[in-house]
Amino acid sequence: MWISVVLALTVLPAMFGLSLGFTDLYIKVLVKTLEWAALRIQRAQKVPAVPCHLPNGIIQKGDSSMEEEIVELRRMHPHPLTGGNFTLCDTFYFCKKGIESIVEDQVTQRFTSEELASWNLLTRTNNNFHYISMRVTIIWGLGVFIRYCILLPLRIILAATGLSWLVIGTTLVGILPNSNVKDRISDLLHITCYRICARGLSAKIHYHNKENHPKKGGICVANHTSPIDIVILANDGCYAMVGQVHGGLMGLIQRSMVRSCPHVWFERSEMKDRHAVAKRLRDHVADKTKQPILIFPEGTCINNTSVMMFKKGSFEIGKTIHPVAIKYDPQFGDAFWNSAKYSMVAYLLRMMTSWAIVCNVWYLPPMSQQDGEDAVNFANRVKSAIAHQGGLVDLSWDGGLKRGKVKESYKEAQQKMYSSMISGINLNGSWEVTVD
Amino acid sequence: MGSRASSLLREEDIEEIKKETGFSHSQITRLYSRFHSLDKGENGALSREDFQRIPELAINPLGDRIINAFFPEGEDQVNFRGFMRTLAHFRPVEDNEKNKDPNSGEPLNSRNNKLLFAFRLYDLDRDDKISRDELLQVLRMMVGVNISDEQLGSIADRTIQEADTNGDMSISFSEFIKVLEKVDVEQKMSIRFLH
Repeated sequence: MWISVVLALTVLPAMFGLSLGFTDLYIKVLVKTLEWAALRIQRAQKVPAVPCHLPNGIIQKGDSSMEEEIVELRRMHPHPLTGGNFTLCDTFYFCKKGIESIVEDQVTQRFTSEELASWNLLTRTNNNFHYISMRVTIIWGLGVFIRYCILLPLRIILAATGLSWLVIGTTLVGILPNSNVKDRISDLLHITCYRICARGLSAKIHYHNKENHPKKGGICVANHTSPIDIVILANDGCYAMVGQVHGGLMGLIQRSMVRSCPHVWFERSEMKDRHAVAKRLRDHVADKTKQPILIFPEGTCINNTSVMMFKKGSFEIGKTIHPVAIKYDPQFGDAFWNSAKYSMVAYLLRMMTSWAIVCNVWYLPPMSQQDGEDAVNFANRVKSAIAHQGGLVDLSWDGGLKRGKVKESYKEAQQKMYSSMISGINLNGSWEVTVD
Repeated sequence: MGSRASSLLREEDIEEIKKETGFSHSQITRLYSRFHSLDKGENGALSREDFQRIPELAINPLGDRIINAFFPEGEDQVNFRGFMRTLAHFRPVEDNEKNKDPNSGEPLNSRNNKLLFAFRLYDLDRDDKISRDELLQVLRMMVGVNISDEQLGSIADRTIQEADTNGDMSISFSEFIKVLEKVDVEQKMSIRFLH
């Protein structure tokens, strides 16, 4: 009886997209508590703790080029440089760059969770546990109790409800003959179930610039932090999902979803064939009655401090791209899925025992490929727009570096650049006079 | 409870490292966090593979030589003390004013020691001399396939000719220092912390 009341209170508002205000109140209380805790921690600490990942990094890095740096190094060299410019101090440039990257690099930090400015009373984010005061410890203990004994069971029930309704509902809707009514019911069903799931995470989402919402027949691209991104976006509209066919529970959900409205699921073997993939996406997008497809061009989860290289595949299809930026507030819960460290189940449990998931979603104005612009440049342009809106660092590095090695061609490019300084010849063909 | 990186570093260790390297307390804890994040095997020591996982270092033409500088002769693992000792070479010289200790001997980040770090990059067999062959090998690392053997050879010959004062066709450390005496080593071989 108790459970059905709770369910009624959550399902009905979910269907109509209304909020009863519980989450808002909860977040307000949480913010006040965390501010208070931060003050107490600061007061109690003798050595001020500085967070590890400051926005400007921990070391000073110049932004001059290899050529500028080496020319400056050589300025102090006593001997005139003739016929082949090399000095023993050239290595200093590479030494310094190498040591700088050992102390701090732009890539490896993106594959682990962001460090917080002040502790948010979760054990998992505790870097230096010192006993601060009885009051903070009590609040922390209370937090543990609330999160694990009250919120967790509630959230599991909600998530289970949302998912099972999704499976059952879509299967039932699939029986109906294809028609406008069927589409509308399917949309409503999808949105309701995703909203229930979002409540299962205590998600508070701010959607900005709704006038730019992705339209049918378009392609929606967003930065990727976790599988939860799908729930976040699907709370405000219906998308056709794109992904690999899975087995088990995920596979079951995928099979039932596709019964009520078209999604694009690929077999593992199909994914290898880029042309086949592109063709299927193109066919889907060409049909203006189908929902916009949702793609994450980074190809892997990044920790929401930066946007990494966008794979060009989605940008070659030739349709309007609707970029979306998603930024989570790490104070309430770390949304990043570190798949090397946590399995999906462990990750979801961590999500459900966090305080909440608070995030901002910005819909950016649609972008199209310009004349003479190739897919890679187009992808980079979209990536920059998303990074700029979300306040994320715009990186050219490939998210695949999470697991794989960097390509030799980057080192070869460095060697080529240095070689042109030594030989005085611009290796792209023309002759160049080097500065002495 | 909160078994994270910094809690594994004891205050006594921090004090010792402070004395030996001159880094400040906060710099040491931050570098320990970095060390810990690079240590994928979580065994308190870094291997060469751990360094190579840093993409910006992997594409550095002298990446392997720089990584090598961290590992003492014949060893495959470097612990945090060794890591800090090598990084200490790159502390700015101005920072020394704060920790003036008359008995500490030459600090790790002195001009001499910075030059020694660079010298060792060339001295592949650690025999305190840079031979023509070693110079060629390092040059080859820096230019890749873009310069012919002949041109590289003549560059190496000229470099040794300019530096070699005692005629043994190789560059000793003192000859190395002499050639580079006007170069602003302190500025070019230093890393500035923002805090």
